[in-house]
Amino acid sequence: MATLSSFTRIPEGEQYTAFQPGPDDSGRTAEAGPDYAAIRRSPEFLAIRRRLTRFIFPMVAVFFCWYMTYVLLAAYAHGLMSHRVVGSVTVGLLLGLSQFVTTVLIMLAYVRFARKKVDPQVAALRERTGAGRS
Amino acid sequence: MTIAQAAPVAGEPALNVSIFLVIVAVTLFVVYRVSSRNATAADYYAAGGAFTGMQNGVALSGDYLSAASFLGIAGAIAVQGYDGFLYSIGFLVAWLIPLLLLAERFRNTGRFTMGDVVSFRMRQRPVRAAAANATLVISAFYMLAQMAGAGALVALLLNVHSSGGQALVIAVVGAIMIFYVLVGGMRGTTWVQIIKASLLLSCVLLISVFLLGKFGFSLSALFDKAAANSSLGGALLDPGARYGRTDTTKLDFISLSLALVLGAGALPHVLMRFYTVPDAYQARRSVVSATWAMVLFYLATLIIGYGAAAIVGTPAILAAPGAENSAAPLLAFAIGGTILLAVVAAVAFTTILAVIAGLTLTASASFAHDVYANVLKHGHPRPGAEVRVARLTALVIGCLAIVGGILAIDQNVAFLVALAFAIAASANLPTILYTLFWRRFNTTGTLFSIYGGLGSCLLLIIFSPVFSGSPTSIIKNVDFHLFPLSNPGIVSIPLSFLLGIAGTYLGKDDPDPQRTDELEVRSITGIGTT
Repeated sequence: MATLSSFTRIPEGEQYTAFQPGPDDSGRTAEAGPDYAAIRRSPEFLAIRRRLTRFIFPMVAVFFCWYMTYVLLAAYAHGLMSHRVVGSVTVGLLLGLSQFVTTVLIMLAYVRFARKKVDPQVAALRERTGAGRS
Repeated sequence: MTIAQAAPVAGEPALNVSIFLVIVAVTLFVVYRVSSRNATAADYYAAGGAFTGMQNGVALSGDYLSAASFLGIAGAIAVQGYDGFLYSIGFLVAWLIPLLLLAERFRNTGRFTMGDVVSFRMRQRPVRAAAANATLVISAFYMLAQMAGAGALVALLLNVHSSGGQALVIAVVGAIMIFYVLVGGMRGTTWVQIIKASLLLSCVLLISVFLLGKFGFSLSALFDKAAANSSLGGALLDPGARYGRTDTTKLDFISLSLALVLGAGALPHVLMRFYTVPDAYQARRSVVSATWAMVLFYLATLIIGYGAAAIVGTPAILAAPGAENSAAPLLAFAIGGTILLAVVAAVAFTTILAVIAGLTLTASASFAHDVYANVLKHGHPRPGAEVRVARLTALVIGCLAIVGGILAIDQNVAFLVALAFAIAASANLPTILYTLFWRRFNTTGTLFSIYGGLGSCLLLIIFSPVFSGSPTSIIKNVDFHLFPLSNPGIVSIPLSFLLGIAGTYLGKDDPDPQRTDELEVRSITGIGTT
């Protein structure tokens, strides 16, 4: 369903010289490829990119800082980590298990975000550029 | 009720071998059935991209959970307590990096290797050669550690102590692995990973649920018993037993943690798995399934580790051949007798087999696709030649792995796994992140960060106490150590990030603007991806 839209590059002149495939040619042929430069400037693409960036990078920062905090506590705060909370369950164990919990929570948050906020927009953009649904 | 002290570790070697042979027979049959005789490059390297996210996720956890994770972490927890648990956390949290940053973008932009992505908008030949160098070094180190582990397992579980006997078993294990890779390619290897991961997960889950039940589902009761039977006493539950001794060991621990959390997602054999699914959505699902498997696995190893301390006791573990590594097998013997020990032994062997198969496939793909097809043949190999070269490379690598494994018997090479993570975090991760997220990044920057990361890791490890100047060093009697830490990550990772920036501004070359646009659009949307 290669519909010709404003994003489809029309090959000029002889087909095989119009579009020189790279040496690592990843299966692309010398036909009319999508006009990536035009797609990249389109407001739809910019919106998706902005939305992704605003989610991904803060999340990476959060989990990385939280993990490093835990590592530093485990290395230098032995008193705190050895404190018994209930029976022989220590603060260190609970903090360690909380790393498991935050990892799962961040994962679920990303999956939900991607499904609701990114996948539909990407599908719409693919539709418009003639790339079809994935 | 602790009776394991008197028992031989090996249990019933004949039973161990029979159960292992049954698993091998099943995997060989599956590999034979799913293999296609006239495999194209896409079949051989990426299984035609036909696995579902769920299947690939289980296979990912299979690739990732080496025998070192299974026997090593359980043993570290049993003997060193809390400091052993710290490993598991790094290994798990690390999965957020492929989830958030890498998996989907890799599926959208590459086809077979890491070199596909990092060379996408750069000068092909130097960048592909660099990516292949990093891949081959990481895979070689990782593989050597696995093969050495196989030697130790042979002694522990099959009661084979002569060096000739151990060498023979390693050769047989290597030969089976070569068969998986040559005949099965990525499809066969993936099924081996799926079978292995399912066995390993069911095994550790059953043991840990049983253990919890034994202690009335009270973690506190389990910990008390573990502390009572440990030479560390209550300190088994506190951090510091391994890394808390001096300021240097503390810094070493931070360096290791950095390498684990940043390196896991950048290991070449993990990255290559993202190509075996049809699209980015399935790549995301792969990481999600793998992460769930990992959560269960590492929680189970926590219970198994403390359970081994509680039931077997640390003195008995340390006295057994294989010391720390024997904790899980000894525990299996104590709670389930020879049968459960045989199952655990067989699963541990299958784990080694599957992990080295994955590594061999990755290394051979990198050589055939990046070096042979793109560097030597300028991207135009004769039809069919690339897969032939890949198979030949797999054969050569497999034989080298056998020789390396035999030479590594009784050598202390466990540091190689941590080093492989450090190189992945230093040479691969900065390069991949800059390629995907920084438009200005160019060929010079790529070469600086790959070779800078690789070189600094290797140099620092050579001048570290791992090589000389400590009682456990590889080279005794000579002391040329200059760098105090045994893991280079804390220096090499930031250095490599900085070198990527420096190279980009020093280099006069600009990345191809069309390919840069294409990479950006494709990595996010998958438009134009086959």
